Amino acid sequence: MSALALLFLIAALGLIGWVVARARAARFRSSPARRFSSLPQHHGWYVAMWTLLPAFVFLAIWHSVAPALVTDAVIATPLGAALPPPGLDRAAILSEARNLANGDAWGAFHPLSERLAPAYAAAQSRYDWIATTVALLLAFAGGAVAFLRVRPGFSARSQVERVVMGLLLIASLIAIVTTIGIVASLLVESARFFQIVPITQFLFGTHWSPQVIDARDPGAALGAVPLFWGTFFIGAIIAMAVAVPLGLMSAIYLTQYAHQTTRRWMKPMLEILAGVPTVVYGYFAALTVAPAVRDLGVALGVRWASSESALAAGVVMGVMIIPFVSSMADDSLSAVPASMRDGSLAMGATSSETIRRVLVPAALPGVVGGVLLAVSRAIGETMIVVMAASGVASLTLNPFASTTTVTKQIVDLLTGEAEFDSAKTLAAFALGLTLFVITLLLNVVALIVVRRYREAYE
Amino acid sequence: MNKRAASPARQPTDWQTPAMQRRVRRRYAAERRFRAMGVAAVFVSAAFLIYLLATMIGQGASGFTETRLALPLDLRGHVVVSPAQLSGPTADLALAGAGLENAVDAAADRAFPTQGGEALLSDGAWLRVRDAIKRDPHLLSAPITLDVPVATDIDMAYKGEGNRESEAAVAALGPHLSRGLNVNFFTGADATDPTRAGIWGALKGSLLTMVVTLALAFPIGVLSALYLEEYAPRNRWTDLIEVSINNLAAVPSIIFGLLGLAVFLGTFHMPRSGAIVGGLTLALMTMPVIVIAGRNAITAVPPSIRDAARALGASPIQVVFHHVLPLALPGILTGTIIGMARALGETAPLLMIGMRAFIAAPPGRLTDPATVLPVQIFLWSDDVQTGFVEKTSAAIIVLLVVLLTMNGLAIYLRNRFETRWK
Repeated sequence: MSALALLFLIAALGLIGWVVARARAARFRSSPARRFSSLPQHHGWYVAMWTLLPAFVFLAIWHSVAPALVTDAVIATPLGAALPPPGLDRAAILSEARNLANGDAWGAFHPLSERLAPAYAAAQSRYDWIATTVALLLAFAGGAVAFLRVRPGFSARSQVERVVMGLLLIASLIAIVTTIGIVASLLVESARFFQIVPITQFLFGTHWSPQVIDARDPGAALGAVPLFWGTFFIGAIIAMAVAVPLGLMSAIYLTQYAHQTTRRWMKPMLEILAGVPTVVYGYFAALTVAPAVRDLGVALGVRWASSESALAAGVVMGVMIIPFVSSMADDSLSAVPASMRDGSLAMGATSSETIRRVLVPAALPGVVGGVLLAVSRAIGETMIVVMAASGVASLTLNPFASTTTVTKQIVDLLTGEAEFDSAKTLAAFALGLTLFVITLLLNVVALIVVRRYREAYE
Repeated sequence: MNKRAASPARQPTDWQTPAMQRRVRRRYAAERRFRAMGVAAVFVSAAFLIYLLATMIGQGASGFTETRLALPLDLRGHVVVSPAQLSGPTADLALAGAGLENAVDAAADRAFPTQGGEALLSDGAWLRVRDAIKRDPHLLSAPITLDVPVATDIDMAYKGEGNRESEAAVAALGPHLSRGLNVNFFTGADATDPTRAGIWGALKGSLLTMVVTLALAFPIGVLSALYLEEYAPRNRWTDLIEVSINNLAAVPSIIFGLLGLAVFLGTFHMPRSGAIVGGLTLALMTMPVIVIAGRNAITAVPPSIRDAARALGASPIQVVFHHVLPLALPGILTGTIIGMARALGETAPLLMIGMRAFIAAPPGRLTDPATVLPVQIFLWSDDVQTGFVEKTSAAIIVLLVVLLTMNGLAIYLRNRFETRWK
């Protein structure tokens, strides 16, 4: 029986249990006055729960151990004695036989796997039947036991609610599991990388050219300093040089000067800027901005004007960040107590003097926190640099020259045709770990700055 | 008293002196400059957005049209197919087997020998003839003229962006060429020939991915928001949950791609490039967004609602699921739509898990190799053929329209259903 049909069957059993238990519980109501702790539907849910949960838990466990059981059964057959000793060959033959048995493949490289395939299919169908029977029995037994407990005095509600609470807790634990998954996967792969390349060589080496890796000394071509510089140059210097003045001034204008109507139209417009997908910005940067920047560089007489310049990627990234900076600045400006502003105006200061001397200094921690968050977002941004920045790492201060970033290199390293274990792909995870740690630090610092400042005014 | 008397007598400022007048003028000038800077900042941001949209529309509009050539066809004797074969599912096979493609190419060679012959036609031209024949089998038994799509060079030249050679061909063909809506762009999948490439394959991949994302991220996100806001005791564990959710919301998307690569593909051996892996990865990314939006919506429900329900004898679960959740739902839905829109526009994590393959057929199942619209845009933008430039921009227009619709829906929901508590 196919897995989907089995799931439907069990779900149908659960539904039947729900309906029957609910009907039975509803009849209690007609009995002479008594206090009930549960509604009929609670009894229904209680029975449905006991029908579904044991069967599903069993199937989940079975699903993870069944392949090993099937393989053991195949090895135990007389044909299995002909298998080579454990190793790559044995695994290859078994996996071929499995593919043949499942109909995923039509021919086999090893003649033995063709002979094993029928045994495989037989073992698989035998175990499938066992699983189906046990699952259905569990569903039925669970449902029946639960149904016998449906009595007027039975508190089905508290049982059901306990399970619901459990579900809620599990749902919120998934966030922790994801975080652990990220940290673990990055750490494990990076640890493997640092066995090949010393961590100091990776963090402080100044030469990055993964295209030509010397197998005897892979670390010599995997020094990440040019990438860190490129990322910092594009994300923290050029992009912020665009985003901070524009975002801050937009926020000031829209909150302090603009007419209500202007504000109502311009704010959503800025938000659209934030909603444009990064791949669109990347395409725009590569197609329109980059050639313009190169022409500008040539016109200015810059020697290494590249069509994959840091400036093009940085400017477009800055534009993408404007709404982010603007909304952070907006929040912190409006958190400044009105009395400070009124006091300054009452002393005869003009609006701009009030803003520059009173509001902005008072809101500065919030603005700085917002800029830090913006930097963390900019250095983690991928598509703009993948499409508009260069793949060649260089330590340069020239914004018209080509530079590369950490995210661009991660994409380049992992979308090649290299196998999963080479120093190149592992290097991508080491870069990912670095990126993760840096963005995490930036976020933590930003949050601390913002929180401390908020406390000061509340 | 003495002190005040000791200080020199304070005179009111005389604002009429020239020095003071100058100073006031300077201060007002500074005020105007500052204000102008603010206007300029808003203006520059808006101008950039308008320029971006105008560029995309200007380049992409022609991607929705195709150039057609009026091709005289006489298929009598060249393509022999019995009427019985033409009705039913075997028609495609029968026509292909009867040499329709060669017959169409030969017709082009006969009709336009000097202008380029069969090189004028798109790879998909004979498919158009095939579909016409399936609709009306009589076309096989009479000389006819059919509009068929032209090759990409001619297409570009007719739209005014071709090279000299193809522009000469266009000039020679003159009245035989016409323009029409490129239906294939909305129904086809990726192809190596730009005139045959369509976005339906990528759009369907996006759809399947989003279904997985929504099915996982929405329930998990809402349930954890409910737990954290309504039930969680304040202790080290719930603090840990909160911190991880807030951090996950700020983790760069490419890191989620690395997670998907290492865990879903590396450890669990899920199908590479499958929509299910993409959906799982994006779900992990979208979940924190939904949790944060959900918590804000849940806190906005006033405590008096909860107190009233408790007072009437509702259990804690009933309070939340019968009262708090329905009231918070509009806010949660708004946050969910915004999170889904972000996931729909996401590219980088999907590149990591191999959804960048060339997919020539729309995916049918969650485990089939698939690509999504933003990745398709990325792939086309990398293509060297000039015909793909307008296709890229056209695909961007479609993506932006979908995203703006989603965001508009979110804003509408917020305005329409959000209860303003006093």
